[in-house]
Amino acid sequence: MRYHVLGFAIAASLTTVPAFAATPEVAMAKECGACHMVYPASQLPARSWTALMASLGNHFGENAALDSATTKQIADLLTTTAADAAGRNNRALRGLSATQTPLRITETPYWISKHGQGRVAATALAAVKAKSASDCVACHAGASSGQFDDD
Amino acid sequence: MRMTLTALAFLSASATLAVAAPGPAQQAQLDTYATLAKAVDPAFAGFSAEHGKTLFLAKSTTGKPDTPSCTTCHTADPTKPGQTRAGKAIGPMAISMKADRYSIPAETEKWFGRNCDSVLGRACTPLEKGDFITFMVGQ
Repeated sequence: MRYHVLGFAIAASLTTVPAFAATPEVAMAKECGACHMVYPASQLPARSWTALMASLGNHFGENAALDSATTKQIADLLTTTAADAAGRNNRALRGLSATQTPLRITETPYWISKHGQGRVAATALAAVKAKSASDCVACHAGASSGQFDDD
Repeated sequence: MRMTLTALAFLSASATLAVAAPGPAQQAQLDTYATLAKAVDPAFAGFSAEHGKTLFLAKSTTGKPDTPSCTTCHTADPTKPGQTRAGKAIGPMAISMKADRYSIPAETEKWFGRNCDSVLGRACTPLEKGDFITFMVGQ
């Protein structure tokens, strides 16, 4: 009987878990990371992250909508750590016009300049079993923690 | 040694039996959907695992082109892991393989909300959600 009471108490506490996580970092790891690698905010300007977070209802062909509190929590973290945020290294913006709002890191001139000479050709991706050029970890072992200096 | 093995076999058998039925949180979720289904249709008489299976396996042309079916990402076998289009692993949908499925209402609603829109191009009804979970509870 005691176990049953305990079981119900645990179940009841599970149902009251808030939809948004305690910290933005935890929310981002959980929500973005549910479907793909958590891409580094530093590789796109704030306007790109704002556009992405405003269009989660059609996120590269899927509905990835979040409740408004979690959306704001993650959008705020992304825009305050974006390539053009105050005090950030903005080398990822090299060659990018202020009028452009890339929605993929792989569309930025900087990324393209770093992945030339067949580095992301179909044969090269197949050789490391990368699902696409967005599969950073296939080549950059530290990508999940923002480490890309292995090239 | 033989005793230990017998005990282990018994324990694993009872563990399998234990997770084949909905837990309290999953039952609460089903009860919520039943209440909503009855509000839509007073003749509602319970959920159907068979209808849930049909929904899970169906091919749709009304949703987003990259996700024509639940099985696009979850595979046709709910006891097997799936994979997102970006390559991340998805835990099995069957509660026999992942006991905490459908036990947090906000998570359950989040994923039905997203995936019904992606696959069907519309929200799922409470009846469809209950049928779906009822199917997965038996898998």
